[in-house]
Amino acid sequence: MTAADRPGGPVRPYVITRGRVQPPRRLPVETLLEATGTADPLPVTASRHHRRLLSVCRNRLALVEAAAHLKEPVSVVTVLVGDLIDSGHLTVCSSAPLASDRPDITLLQEVLDGLRRKLSA
Amino acid sequence: MDSEESSRPDPAYLLPTVVQSAKILVVGPFGVGKTTLVGSVSEIEPLRTEEVMTQASAGIDDLRGLESKTTTTVAMDFGRITLSDTLVLYLFGAPGQRRFWDLWEGLVVGAVGLLVLVDTRRLDDSFEVLDQLEERGLPFAVAVNQFPDSGRFSDEDIREALDLLPTTPVVHCDARDPKSSLQALIALVSHVGNRSLQETPA
Ligand SMILES: Nc1nc2c(ncn2[C@@H]2O[C@H](COP(=O)(O)OP(=O)(O)OP(=O)(O)O)[C@@H](O)[C@H]2O)c(=O)[nH]1
Ligand SMILES: [Mg+2]
Repeated sequence: MTAADRPGGPVRPYVITRGRVQPPRRLPVETLLEATGTADPLPVTASRHHRRLLSVCRNRLALVEAAAHLKEPVSVVTVLVGDLIDSGHLTVCSSAPLASDRPDITLLQEVLDGLRRKLSA
Repeated sequence: MDSEESSRPDPAYLLPTVVQSAKILVVGPFGVGKTTLVGSVSEIEPLRTEEVMTQASAGIDDLRGLESKTTTTVAMDFGRITLSDTLVLYLFGAPGQRRFWDLWEGLVVGAVGLLVLVDTRRLDDSFEVLDQLEERGLPFAVAVNQFPDSGRFSDEDIREALDLLPTTPVVHCDARDPKSSLQALIALVSHVGNRSLQETPA
């Protein structure tokens, strides 16, 4: 056993910025988002970027689309999205990513059927 | 009034019934037709995001600090196809060169698979990316884009030149043609389906 994994010491917390934990959240770029429509005001820490993001998400779209419309990097928008989910202003509308990291056979079949319909349309 | 805000065109929103999203990556060397393929099947005008990638240079931290890192800006085009009332598919065009592989790390998680576009005039530009996909066990199909001055190669020639597994699909595709592009995507998704059926014990 090395010094690093010896039990008993205090657990070192994540780096905290302005009172919130940096998200270890896993939001794929295709995550579907929509504003919840809550009347609650945005937190006082919300920036202009948060406001613009919430406005772009007034109807349903993917995280990556929000980033493209805002002309901001996906990595930045992912953090802002996390903030707005935590504050109850944004909600995730798509099912959670599977533990396996690969789409299941039902989803594959639906994608295949959908593409075939497009081809014959 | 916020003029920046009001001059921006409204995003093309999804139907409120859409509750599932899938994605496919379209990869290949410079100028092979990635943007063209995404655009030919997408229901929206393709969008673009830019990401700044910071790569630590090999080795341990050194005294030069920030100088040991290089940054690259990567542009990624994407489009989407609503496949049913509940399902939308996103298509990402991503560069295949080695220096962009970090970008994929995040993108490829949860993806249906990858469509690898190749140009027969420069097959060797595709060796690296194919090696990488095989090594990572990622599911892919090869789509050969036909350019006016491409020679005529049989599928067998291409398989051999690219040293593909017998099960890897090879399709010929005109990325400018939506039907042809859809067929290439269908070949990929059927292949991924077969592959996962084989991996899942009945
Ligand atoms: N004949 C033919 N031309 C194509 C095809 N696909 C693309 N092109 C043309 O090739 C050129 C490059 O296509 P792009 O779609 O921009 O290629 P890309 O892979 O996105 O290029 P980069 O993003 O610069 O790496 C364009 O002029 C297209 O019209 C194809 O299947 N057949
Ligand atoms: Mg392009």
